[in-house]
Amino acid sequence: MTKAISVVGLHKSFGRTHALDGLDLTVETGEVHGFLGPNGAGKSTTIRVLLGLLRADSGAAQLLGRDPWKDAVELHRRIAYVPGDVTLWRNLSGGEVIDLYGRLRGGGGLDRARRAELIERFELDPTKKGRTYSKGNRQKVALVAAFASDVDLLVLDEPTSGLDPLMEEVFQDCVEEARRQGRTVLLSSHILSEVEALCDRVSIVRKGRTVESGSLAELRHLTRTSVTAELAGPPNGLAHLPGVHGLDVRGGRVTFQVDTDRLDAALRSLTATGVRSLTSTPPTLEELFLRHYTEEAAR
Amino acid sequence: MTGTGVLTRLALRRDRLTLPVWALVTGGMVASGAGSLEGLYGTAAERAEAAATMTANSSMRALYGPVFGDSLGGLVAWRFGTFGAVLAAVASLIVVVRHTREEEETGRQEMLSAGAVGRRAPLTAALLTALALNTAIALLITAGLAGQGTAGALALGLAVAGTGMVFATTAALAAQVTESARLAKGLTAAVLGLAFALRAAGDAGGSSFLTWLSPIGWAEQVRAFAGERWWVLLLILAAVLAQTAAAYALTARRDVGASFLATRPGPAEGRLATAGALAWRLQRGTLLGWSLGFLLGGLAFGGMAEGAADLVGDNERAREIFERMGGQSALTDAFLATMVSLLGMLAALYAVGSVLRPYGEESSGRAEPLLAGALGRLRWAAGHLVIAFGGSALILVLAGIGLALSYGHDLGPILGAALVQLPAVWTLAGLAVLLWGAAPKAANAAWGMAGLCLALGWIGPALGLPGAVLDLSPFGHLPKLPGPDMTWTPVLALTALAAALTAAGLAGLRRRDVTG
Repeated sequence: MTKAISVVGLHKSFGRTHALDGLDLTVETGEVHGFLGPNGAGKSTTIRVLLGLLRADSGAAQLLGRDPWKDAVELHRRIAYVPGDVTLWRNLSGGEVIDLYGRLRGGGGLDRARRAELIERFELDPTKKGRTYSKGNRQKVALVAAFASDVDLLVLDEPTSGLDPLMEEVFQDCVEEARRQGRTVLLSSHILSEVEALCDRVSIVRKGRTVESGSLAELRHLTRTSVTAELAGPPNGLAHLPGVHGLDVRGGRVTFQVDTDRLDAALRSLTATGVRSLTSTPPTLEELFLRHYTEEAAR
Repeated sequence: MTGTGVLTRLALRRDRLTLPVWALVTGGMVASGAGSLEGLYGTAAERAEAAATMTANSSMRALYGPVFGDSLGGLVAWRFGTFGAVLAAVASLIVVVRHTREEEETGRQEMLSAGAVGRRAPLTAALLTALALNTAIALLITAGLAGQGTAGALALGLAVAGTGMVFATTAALAAQVTESARLAKGLTAAVLGLAFALRAAGDAGGSSFLTWLSPIGWAEQVRAFAGERWWVLLLILAAVLAQTAAAYALTARRDVGASFLATRPGPAEGRLATAGALAWRLQRGTLLGWSLGFLLGGLAFGGMAEGAADLVGDNERAREIFERMGGQSALTDAFLATMVSLLGMLAALYAVGSVLRPYGEESSGRAEPLLAGALGRLRWAAGHLVIAFGGSALILVLAGIGLALSYGHDLGPILGAALVQLPAVWTLAGLAVLLWGAAPKAANAAWGMAGLCLALGWIGPALGLPGAVLDLSPFGHLPKLPGPDMTWTPVLALTALAAALTAAGLAGLRRRDVTG
C-alpha cells in the first residue's frame, strides 16, 4: 500500500529565513499522525507545501502517491483541510461557506445527512454571517465542511484552537470515526491530550527538521522514568550505572531519573540491595515534548 | 479622549512613508504648477489669450473650472486647484478609514481599546492624522507659490487642504455608519464623485448654483490669486465641524466593531457552487455601485454638452475663439471626447480594484481553503478577472447610454467612443494582473499606475511634459471619439498588449507561492 504522505529532505526558504531545512515526514495510509513542534518549527509551511500552496525549493514530497504541486487540483478532490485560523467572508453565512467548500471539491457536494448531523453535533448555527462568528465557531464551520466530505486524507492544522472542551470531545469522536472509515489524518496540534488520545504515530519537528518520529510508546522509550524507592540498605553502585540521573539519597530513600531503556539495570541494582517500597512514574507527555522541543534530540 | 496621543503617534508611525508621499505629490504638484505654466504662457498677453480660450471651452470648464484670474498664480489655481483638492480628498479619506473602520474590522482596535483608550480617541487620532497631512499640503502649496503672491498662495493652500478635511470628516462619518472599510471608502468616494460632477456641471453649464452645492466648488470659489474670497473658507470650516460633530455623536453611541446597519441571518444552506459564483457574489455590490455612478455620470455630462454651446453667445472674443476651434459640433464632440476619456480613466480604477480583489482574498487567508479544495488557481483567478474585464466594459457602456440619453445624440457614435477606451482600461487591468501574478508584494503599485495615468491625462499637458512621458499612459494613444478620426492601430495594439500582460500575470500566478 502506498504511503499517504511521504516527504524526504524538504527545503523551503522565505528570503533569509529557512522555514524548512531538510524535513522528513512519513504518514501511513489509514493512520492518525500527530505533527508536533514548537511555534515556528515549520509545521504550517510543510502543510502548505503538501497542499500545493507553496512550492518547495528542494526535496521530494508525495501525497497519496502523487505530486502535491503538479497534481494539486486532482489531489484536492481527495483531501479536506482545516486551517488553524479560519477566515470567512463577512457577508456569507456559515452554511453557505460549508456548501461552497464541499461543492468546490466536485462530486455533487456534501452528504446532506452527514452535514446536518455534524452541524447538530458541533452546535453550529449555520445562518449566522461570517463576521458574527466567534473564533471557535469559525473553526466549526471549517470542521463541519471537512468531516462531512468523503475524502481519503484530512489535513488538520491546529484545528481545535478556540473550541470548548465539549466541542473538543466531539472533534475527537469525529477523528475516531474517520479512522474507522479508513481515512488518513494528519493532525498538527499543541494539545497533548488530544495527540495522546488520537494519534497512532507522531512526528516532532524543530527548526524545519524532523527530530523524532514514531509511536508514542517508542518515544516514551527514549525518555526518562522517575523512580522513588525505600531500600533496605544504602544503594550500591547505582550512582555509576549509565543512564541514571539526578540521584538523591536520604537515608534509605532514593529518588532518581533513569533513561527508560536502562530501567531494567537500575531495578536490578535496587533489588540487589533489597526494596521495601517502589514507585515509578512514566514520563508525562509534557516532559516528553518539552525535551524534544528544547534540546537537539540525539538520534 | 484618553490615549489620543498614543494612537496618533501609532498612526503617524504606521503611515510614515505614505503620508509624506501623499503630501509631496499633492502639494508638490500644485506648487510646481507655476514653473510649468510659465514655460507655456510666458507673457501677460499669452496668458490672457489662454484664459479666454479656456473659458470659452466647456470641456475645459468641466475639467478645471472657470479661469478667475489670468495672472500666473490665477492660472495655476485654475489648472491645478481642482486636481489638488481631489487628490487631498482621496488621500484624506483613505487615511481616516484606515485608522478607524479598518482597525475595527481587522480586530486590531479591540486590543487597543482594551488599553487606557477613550471611546472617542481612535476617531480623534484618525482626524488628527488627516489634519497633519492636510496641513503639510497647505504649507507646501503656500511656500511653493508664495512668489506669485502670498495671499493667493495661502488661499489656494487652505482651499486644497480644506477640501481634504471636508472629505476626511465625510469618511469619518461613513466609517461610523458602515461595517466594512471597503464600503466606507466606497461611500466617501461616491460623495467625492458627486461633488466633482456637481461642480463640473455647474461650471460647464454656467449654473453656479450646482457649483455651490459641491465642496470642490467651494475650493474653486475661494478664487485664489483673483481677489481672494476668504469667507468661502468659513463654509468649508463649517462643513468640517458639522461632519466632525455628527461622527462623534455616532461613535459615542455604538459598540466597537459594530455599525448602525444590523446584520441579518443568512441561509442555512448555500447554492454557491463555483469559484465564478463566489467571485460574482463578492464583487457584485461594487460593480452595481460603479454601474450606477457611471450611468449617472453619463447623464450629467450629457446634460452639460447641451449647454456648452449656449454659454459662448454673449462674449464676442469667446465666440471668435469658439469658431476657430471648429464651431458647435466640433466643440461638442471635443467636450464629449474629453468626458468619455475621463470616464475611461476612472473605469481603469474600477478595473484595477476588481483585478486586485483576489489578491485581497489571498492575503487575508480566505483563498487558502479554496485553493486547498479542488480548484485550480487559473479557474479561481478567472472568476474575478471576467468580472474585472467585463465589468469595466459594462460600466463604460452604461456611461455611453447615459451620455446619449441626456444629450440626445445618436447612441452609436457615443457608445463607440466609450468602448474605444476599453483597450487602455484593459491594459492597466492587465498590468495589475501581471503585478499580482508575478510580484504579489508589489500588487498595490497597480493603483499608482492607474493614478499616474489619470494625472497624466488630467494635468499632464499643463505641466509641459515631453510627449514621451505623456505617451506612457495608454489613454494618450487612443483616437479622440466622437469625431471623424478612428484609428484602429492603437486600439488593436493595446488590446493585444492587455492580453499579453494578463497571460504573463496568470503564468506567474501558476508558478508562485500563495501568499498570506
